[in-house]
Amino acid sequence: MRAAFPFSAIVGQDEMKRALLIAAVDPKIGGVMVFGDRGTGKSTAARALAALLPPLGKGKPVPFVDLPLGATEDRVVGALDIERALGKGEKAFEPGLLAKADQGFLYIDEINLLEDHIVDLLLDVAASGENVVEREGLSVRHSARFVLIGSGNPEEGELRPQLLDRFGLSLEVRTSQDLDTRVEILRRCDAFERTPDAFAADWAKAEKKTLNKIAKAKKLLPELTVPDDVLRAASELCIAVGADGLRGELTLMRAARAAAALGGKTLVGVTQLRAVAPMALRHRLRRNVLDETGSTARIERALSELFD
Amino acid sequence: MDPFGDALLAVRLLKRDPAGLGGMILRGAGPGRDAVLAELGPMRRLPVGIDDEALIGGRDLAATLAGQGGTVRPGLLAQADGGLLLVSMAERMSDAVAARIASVMDIGEVVIERDGAGARHPARFGLVLLDDGQGKERVPDRLAERLAFRFDLSDVRLMEQAPVTPALSRGTASSSNIAPVSGTPGQARGDGIRALASVSLALGIDSVRAPVMASRVASGLAELENRAEPNEADIATAACLVLAHRATRMPSAAEDDAPPPPPSSSDGESQIGDTLDDVVLEAVTAALPPDVLAAIAAGAGRCTSNSSGGGERRKSPMRGRPLGARAGLPRGGARLALIDTLRAAAPWQKLRGADLASGDRIAIRRDDLRIKRFETRADATTIFAVDASGSAAAARLGEAKGAVELLLAEAYVKRTEVALISFRGDSAEVLLPPTRSLTRARRSLADLPGGGGTPLAAGIDAARLLGEAVRGKGRTPFVVLLSDGRGNVGAEATMPAAKAFGASGLGAVFVDISNRPRSEGAELAAAMRARYLPLPRADAVGLRDAVKAAQ
Repeated sequence: MRAAFPFSAIVGQDEMKRALLIAAVDPKIGGVMVFGDRGTGKSTAARALAALLPPLGKGKPVPFVDLPLGATEDRVVGALDIERALGKGEKAFEPGLLAKADQGFLYIDEINLLEDHIVDLLLDVAASGENVVEREGLSVRHSARFVLIGSGNPEEGELRPQLLDRFGLSLEVRTSQDLDTRVEILRRCDAFERTPDAFAADWAKAEKKTLNKIAKAKKLLPELTVPDDVLRAASELCIAVGADGLRGELTLMRAARAAAALGGKTLVGVTQLRAVAPMALRHRLRRNVLDETGSTARIERALSELFD
Repeated sequence: MDPFGDALLAVRLLKRDPAGLGGMILRGAGPGRDAVLAELGPMRRLPVGIDDEALIGGRDLAATLAGQGGTVRPGLLAQADGGLLLVSMAERMSDAVAARIASVMDIGEVVIERDGAGARHPARFGLVLLDDGQGKERVPDRLAERLAFRFDLSDVRLMEQAPVTPALSRGTASSSNIAPVSGTPGQARGDGIRALASVSLALGIDSVRAPVMASRVASGLAELENRAEPNEADIATAACLVLAHRATRMPSAAEDDAPPPPPSSSDGESQIGDTLDDVVLEAVTAALPPDVLAAIAAGAGRCTSNSSGGGERRKSPMRGRPLGARAGLPRGGARLALIDTLRAAAPWQKLRGADLASGDRIAIRRDDLRIKRFETRADATTIFAVDASGSAAAARLGEAKGAVELLLAEAYVKRTEVALISFRGDSAEVLLPPTRSLTRARRSLADLPGGGGTPLAAGIDAARLLGEAVRGKGRTPFVVLLSDGRGNVGAEATMPAAKAFGASGLGAVFVDISNRPRSEGAELAAAMRARYLPLPRADAVGLRDAVKAAQ
């Protein structure tokens, strides 16, 4: 596999980078769904994050599992180890991708093309943090806490709404239309391609800084308090935009906390709330098919009405 | 413009770096394409209907049973590592196959996680897609996006071609008169990158992959001539080869911040910094392929694929995408799921007294047998044929659009597909090929123009053709015709068109949206063998309910 493009070297795409960092700081956020046109660097960012994450205890790197399209259920949840069963007559459990992704990330490119039953299964496990296998005379349960990262192109067909709602954060990525930004993207791609090692070395410092930021934020997170007025503001916002259910409010608070931790703050403020509101809520708005106004615009409008 | 010469040049580049350039799309069968294929040399072939086992790879069952554990057989993509893969009739490729190939191209390796096998194999290859698509049929977007080149060779007659020599095939007609390199090497590279970025922006190319590949092509061109750095001609040629066919709009002077530059041919030196951008842009603009120009003119610059999207799925034991296995006997067309059968039998081998280590056979009982389940896609595709003529007043059109959106919103929950045909003026047009994407549907609905005559016959014909195409793909089409039933363009053809529709046996409903329905509507519906629904004052919701009831 090619060396990953350094996360810190990704030009622009601030919201996507922020969302991925938030998920790295607080895995309980419940997954990140990235919608975007082709060639916007969705996969690049997700894979770059994997290469960056601080190791777990004992230097074990954070797992980043790429779920390939065409994966079968037995490989995802785990199944009877057929080699050993046929070769030695032993009944042994061969862990699947869910076990590999424990404590880390599970990335699914083009999630709207994954078989429905596998997506359902993934979301169930992601929500419960536990994988229960009852098949072929096996009865196994193991911890499977991971952050689900999905990406997809809305032009290829949408994700079912009931599925979308279960992602914590959702993003819409677009290509920048600014020439200087695009030139910078190309320059960095070119440099990375020609001399990947030198490029990685150039960015090593920035990567280290990002990594430290994540580690610090993780430590800071449990100590963060959310003042009552911020809690109230979050509720007001959810009511104003008509975000269904409690899940939106909860995710909004969690994301704001992680954002504050990333900023080195000890108190969650309205600033953080505003910064994460679009990604935490845009996929939860009740859909009015005849209303052309995008979800993001509706949230922005509510934000400025409430807080400006 | 010399697509044949350009294609031959692209072949040389592609052979040097198949994975970096992704490959090429060759449109138009004929001697030109045959000559290009001959130049490419022998390639592995990838059938469009390939299954995961053959494409990705899987467990080598024979080796496993022989006790040689852990044997995984690489699939076609891994076998093509370092070379090129040829796909005929690439426009027929399913989204599922295209997406699998695209993800392998992105990471340069195949990841197998199927049927009890897990492995990774390097797979860096280029694709040669033969595109014989008609009309709006195209190769899957997600692959086209990752391939540097696309040539339409339909009009190439081999007699015109001079013998191919490297010197002759170098450079396109439009870029051959460009000044040689200037400035320092590093400077030239930086300017080149800037020019490619700026040209992509001017042509409305959003993806970053395009200029990245153009930059690789420029470097490849320099290497072909043993130069360390690409010069201006390389940049211009690369832009013509990689960017021109992706254009979604004509570059307009109005979008430039700078004042209109003087013609670069007369005064090339005056605007340092902008010169290369302008020269390259001019070269690319001159090299825009005719079909791209036509698409831009039609306001549909972005090539949309025949994205087969989703659709209501039906479980079937015979065909479709594999969906796992269940206990059952392999008969009545159901196929044995060997791995799952072995899995089911394995835990009981000791109990059944088999000693596999000493070479006993595996004891498999009837209860162990597992059969494959498949699902076939998209039972229902609803085709809306909407009368957008002047006689269907604007308000009615609005309600029709609303109904389409409401049905679409349900379609994407239920995963059925929707297509949209509009007819007005003197022709009918497929605005939206079958899809379940609300985003795309909304976009094409928003663009739906109104006014003009009512070419009802053309509308009915278009609906029938699309319906038959959908049926050909194994789905069940249902046509919803929204019109006032009063064709006034080619009116004499209306009844024959309706009868032809009736003969096709397609399920349909004719929604008469005229203010005062007359008998001719019912007659038309009868000829079409469609249900007749006069809904003079129906709003979007009413239309939706009526259509659902009829379906």
